[in-house]
Amino acid sequence: MSAPAAVEMRRVSRHYGSVAAVDDLDLTIAEGEFVALLGSSGCGKTTTLRMMAGLEQPSSGDIVVKGRRVNDVPVHARNVGMVFQNHALFPHRTAFENIAFGLKYRKVPKPEIARRVARALEVVRLPHVADRLPSQLSGGQQQRIAVARAIVIEPDLLLFDEPLSALDAGLRDELRVELKRIQKSLGITTVFVTHDQQEALSMADRIVVMHGGRKRQEGTPEDIYRAPNSEFVMRFFGRVNSLPGTVTSAGGGTMQVALAEGVSLPVPGDAAPGTKLSLLLRAERLRLVPDDGTPALRGHVTGVDYLGMMVRYDVACGGETFQAIQPAEDAVLPIGTPVALSLRGEDLVLS
Amino acid sequence: MSAALTGLRPEAAHRPRTRLRAVPTWLLIAPALLYMGVVFLLPLANTAWVSFSDPMPGLHNYIEVLTTPAYLRIYRNTTLMALLVTGICIVMAYPLALYIARAGGAVGAVLLAATGLSFWISFLVRTYAWTVILGSRGPVSQVARWMGYDPPPVLLFTSAASIIGMTHILLPFMVLSIYVVLARIDPVLLRAASGLGATRGQTFRQVVLPLSMPGIISGSLLVFVFCLGFYVTPALIGSPRDLMVASLIATQIEDLLAFGTASAMAMLLLGATLLMLAVYDRALGLANLMK
Ligand SMILES: Nc1ncnc2c1ncn2[C@@H]1O[C@H](COP(=O)(O)OP(=O)(O)OP(=O)(O)O)[C@@H](O)[C@H]1O
Ligand SMILES: [Mg+2]
Repeated sequence: MSAPAAVEMRRVSRHYGSVAAVDDLDLTIAEGEFVALLGSSGCGKTTTLRMMAGLEQPSSGDIVVKGRRVNDVPVHARNVGMVFQNHALFPHRTAFENIAFGLKYRKVPKPEIARRVARALEVVRLPHVADRLPSQLSGGQQQRIAVARAIVIEPDLLLFDEPLSALDAGLRDELRVELKRIQKSLGITTVFVTHDQQEALSMADRIVVMHGGRKRQEGTPEDIYRAPNSEFVMRFFGRVNSLPGTVTSAGGGTMQVALAEGVSLPVPGDAAPGTKLSLLLRAERLRLVPDDGTPALRGHVTGVDYLGMMVRYDVACGGETFQAIQPAEDAVLPIGTPVALSLRGEDLVLS
Repeated sequence: MSAALTGLRPEAAHRPRTRLRAVPTWLLIAPALLYMGVVFLLPLANTAWVSFSDPMPGLHNYIEVLTTPAYLRIYRNTTLMALLVTGICIVMAYPLALYIARAGGAVGAVLLAATGLSFWISFLVRTYAWTVILGSRGPVSQVARWMGYDPPPVLLFTSAASIIGMTHILLPFMVLSIYVVLARIDPVLLRAASGLGATRGQTFRQVVLPLSMPGIISGSLLVFVFCLGFYVTPALIGSPRDLMVASLIATQIEDLLAFGTASAMAMLLLGATLLMLAVYDRALGLANLMK
């Protein structure tokens, strides 16, 4: 038998009146794993996290930490580190005192407290700010101190609730890398709540996509990006085009699908010939190419969104508008440019 | 000048400028200053003048006040009463303020309104209400009699009555001062504290109480300063033997026509009050009181 999971949620629900904030959620998190809970606003991420922390009681179901049911263990008796969106540092305490706060309740002797706080400050790379009040620190520094305060207690579980969303973009990227480094070097089991798919993709070992209080899919970042199990999940990770098509022949796991303008492609799947389908294609998998006369979907550029590294085009094609994201290495196509659309059958997903 | 400004801060040029800009600031506040000057500063200056000049020039009024044991006892008594009322107000107001701040929503709004409502009922009315409640045939005496205390203890016209009355009148100041500070404490701080292992009691002592200290201090200042000069309530329901300073001053004027002594007493009371404000300003900044 393998060791018990670090945290397990077994059929956990949490209702507020008639609203099911979390609905029948099963979740298993392994020791040392970094799991991202990803979903749009109001999908129940914070509620899930708060139940893991003990700040909230499940309406039904069990929360099990290292094989022990902890539903009724109050938050102060669980060994969890928490980092909130707005640092939540105690404004009347210095950085040092903030970090030392949790150690006092763990009966750590004074010299040991000083040593551990100093080390936590090293880990977040702010050894020189110990004596400052939170108001004397920048936003990024405040959040680092909050991280130090959470890790210094050597928690069984580290919980982050959108800790980067209040920071500006540059800082966010920097801290993202930093948090990942800290988590890996300390090996603390971590749950990270975010509504930013980039954050989830880049940081997590495993992503749990939530919607309406339920789990929609879980898997490694690559799995989820490559093989979304639903249109909902696929749309969560970027812009998606939907193309109508008709199956012309099928067999052996591949079917030939006719799109508009005489284009026909082999697509993974099995459906009876004559079936009308809606196929999904990520905007970054749709390429704009010069029109060379071969059968292709054709259109013209109606919108250009220059993003620096990338350019996002709106292309009117037939009655529809498709979105295509291209590397910005070539010259940007002006509005009105006629283009052909190039796509590969294996990138198409049945909706 | 305006070109330079525009160059530095382009948005400034677009900000609507009212024509009032042309009126100098001092002219705008002149009516208020004039009013304050006539009804407040002039009488005050007059009082100061009288204290040094009536019936003859010199410091003799002050010397008299500061060397008469009976007067000093009244100053001490007043300070003790004020401290007591302040202490009782803190103890009674804190739980209420905490409850209102925690409850929030409709319950909080109703409680807050009820607290504020008493500001609109005149001191005098509230003080007379206590003469009924504490009177020899009032409900308190009835209950005491029913419990076997016959005759019931005398309550009206004692220092206790005056303390009860002043506490009642000043409690809302304390509740609101503390409430304002408590309501501003981010609840996420409490979650953070319990997450770090603090029990509810420890969270209260380590986080809530220190963060609400400014409210306790400013509330105490208001109540204490108010008490020092309180006249109506002690005069109407308090003990005639344990006078407070304001009543003493009134007696000096009404019964003894000793305007000089009364003025010196008033100036000393004012001095004590200003001293309190100065200490507070040093500790917390007076401007915070207005927030
Ligand atoms: N204390 C509460 N009382 C009533 N409803 C609540 C409460 N807390 C959360 N909810 C509801 O539960 C649902 C899930 O809330 P939750 O805070 O978990 O969402 P979230 O995924 O964290 O969203 P966000 O990204 O906006 O923070 C929402 O519909 C919310 O309105
Ligand atoms: Mg949330």
